[in-house]
Amino acid sequence: MNSSRRGFLKMLAGAGVGAAAAGKAGDALAVEDFTGWPDTYGVLVDVSKCIGCRSCEGACNDVNNLKNGVDPTDQSVFETERRSDYNVYTFVNRYMPEAGGGQPVFVKRQCMHCAEPACFAACLCKAFTKTPEGAVVYDADVCIGCRYCMQACPFYIPAYTYQSAFDPKVTKCTFCFDRISKDGGIPGCVEICPTGALTFGRREELITIARKRIFADSDYIDHIYGEREVGGTSWMYISKVPFEQLGFKTNLGSTPIPRLTYGFLWTLPILHITLPVLLAGIYSITRKREGGAHGADGGEG
Amino acid sequence: MSQAAITSQDMSWFRKNILLGMSNAEYFRKLISPFNVITGLILAVGIPTAIWRFAAGLGATTNLSNTNPWGLWLGFDMFFGVAIATGGFSVGVAVYILGNKDYKPLLRPALLTGFLGYAFAIIGLLFDLGRPWRLPYPFLVSAGMSSVLFLVAEHLALYLTAMTLEILPAFAEWLGLKKAWRFLMKGHMVFIILGSVLVMGHQSALGAMYLLMPSRLHPLWYTPLIPYHFLVSCIAGGLAMLIIESMISHKVFGHQVKMSHEQDDRLTLGLGKAVAFTLITYLALKVLSVAHGMHWELLNTGWGYWFMFEVLGFVLLPTILYFVAIRRGSAKLVRYTSIITVLGIMLNRFNVSMVCLNWDAPEVYIPKWSEILVTITLITVLMWVFRWVINRAPILYKHPDPFYADEH
Repeated sequence: MNSSRRGFLKMLAGAGVGAAAAGKAGDALAVEDFTGWPDTYGVLVDVSKCIGCRSCEGACNDVNNLKNGVDPTDQSVFETERRSDYNVYTFVNRYMPEAGGGQPVFVKRQCMHCAEPACFAACLCKAFTKTPEGAVVYDADVCIGCRYCMQACPFYIPAYTYQSAFDPKVTKCTFCFDRISKDGGIPGCVEICPTGALTFGRREELITIARKRIFADSDYIDHIYGEREVGGTSWMYISKVPFEQLGFKTNLGSTPIPRLTYGFLWTLPILHITLPVLLAGIYSITRKREGGAHGADGGEG
Repeated sequence: MSQAAITSQDMSWFRKNILLGMSNAEYFRKLISPFNVITGLILAVGIPTAIWRFAAGLGATTNLSNTNPWGLWLGFDMFFGVAIATGGFSVGVAVYILGNKDYKPLLRPALLTGFLGYAFAIIGLLFDLGRPWRLPYPFLVSAGMSSVLFLVAEHLALYLTAMTLEILPAFAEWLGLKKAWRFLMKGHMVFIILGSVLVMGHQSALGAMYLLMPSRLHPLWYTPLIPYHFLVSCIAGGLAMLIIESMISHKVFGHQVKMSHEQDDRLTLGLGKAVAFTLITYLALKVLSVAHGMHWELLNTGWGYWFMFEVLGFVLLPTILYFVAIRRGSAKLVRYTSIITVLGIMLNRFNVSMVCLNWDAPEVYIPKWSEILVTITLITVLMWVFRWVINRAPILYKHPDPFYADEH
């Protein structure tokens, strides 16, 4: 509760509102630009190391008790480009990019755990929280099922249990929050990955690791996907094939999506204060004019 | 109606107020009309479908998906429905705040439409929500204050309250509750001002909801100005709908409408002028958005042609037609143009909420038959309720008792 409230205040601070209420003494006088929680965790996905074994999918199903009846060794799922579903939190897609020299490239996808998540800004019931650990977690107990979070997510990640009439909810990767919030805990998918394609750690350290790899091997594209996209995400990717050929959206920009509505959120209170006064003023003028023209006719109603 | 009531003074309250002075047998005989039979058949299949939605869930009854989580129930019932229900606010401002008394005969029908339109939009929303029984949650359990949708919810709740208080005097007149009428009329001005502020707030907030979707809504429709697009177009839509309604009222409830045809034509022309100027503003906002987004080159794509179809065919064309109609003094042309205008608002809300949203995603959403049927059922019930109230309460005419003179 406290952390989510702080998060909200800090997010407002990002819009240029003084951060005096945010609770960090040092920032009290500064107009703070929220750049994510300090020491937050993340995962670096090195697309070039993924062999498409899908053991991450199996581990995810085990950790989250997902029954999607899919055999992780089944290669036929690569025929179509998949997305997350109510019982699929992570999934590996296969691409045959032009730049890859005919070699398949496998991309594991899941919730990106944005520093300032669009789902958070969308939710009218505060069902989403960005934890200091980096996870964006969802609370089904307060969700009314409007699905605005799904519509707002630039990565098309949240899914919905449409088949349930009485207990529907939004589903997405949890970043194994129950595990990473304990000392030494790492997500199930990272733990099982046999090729080192997934690296769990402090986000800042992961960016350093990614830069070193890009510097050491010129085959890498000089871009860490997720470092700046929509203001930065906890999950980040490096690749030797251009991202747009691997199903990544490259038109997202670096502005955190919640900030796109801050201006409007402040417009309404201004409207609410000024407009009634303005209308009452116009009303009093029209009344007075009528009173002059019709005498007693315009008496108090 | 009033004649039957006068000739039978000792008539029961129920017969006088509910059965329009007819006996049970007479009333039920009168219910059998072609309109009632057709709409009755719609309800006969529509109501079980509506119940099926709540029993079987969204998956069984809609074509919504993870990629396209919003469909017809939000696009039509909510985004289009409330956009054309704003006539009450516009006329309220014109009559009470700007002091243009000529439009007073239109105020009650407009307020009734506004009230029913919003009430039905919220009923439509209940179908779409995954957990409709949690509707009060954002207010009572967990408030997401940083969400534009929270503002929308808050405003809809307050606005519906203001509209209810605005329309209740008509019910008090119908049932002869003079004390209640006097009490309600005391807050009249406050509700008009409150309603005007709230309607501007939530109509623009409905557009602002799309500010969160810069990569998901096609760039020709996505613009930082989208809250103002929604606000300005709803004023045009609400007034155009009012023109269509008054045309229908004259045909269907002609015996109740005390207005002369000349007066009706004059008001229609006046409203047409207001819509024309609103549409010019809207057109300017549309052009400005393309210019500031530097999207001119996108106009020469398939999506660009669709955009121009919307803007040229349903904003520019009606604007020109309104001005032609005003020049010629043709109320008839204003009425036909209003149909184009309302269709244009519908096209715009469909484009923003469905067609051009998730435009580059592989999946295309097409509503399932049950979604369409539930929407048609809601419209049918709305028409029944509208007619039921119009036939009883003084909406289209002024109550003859001088006690009910509105002194504003």
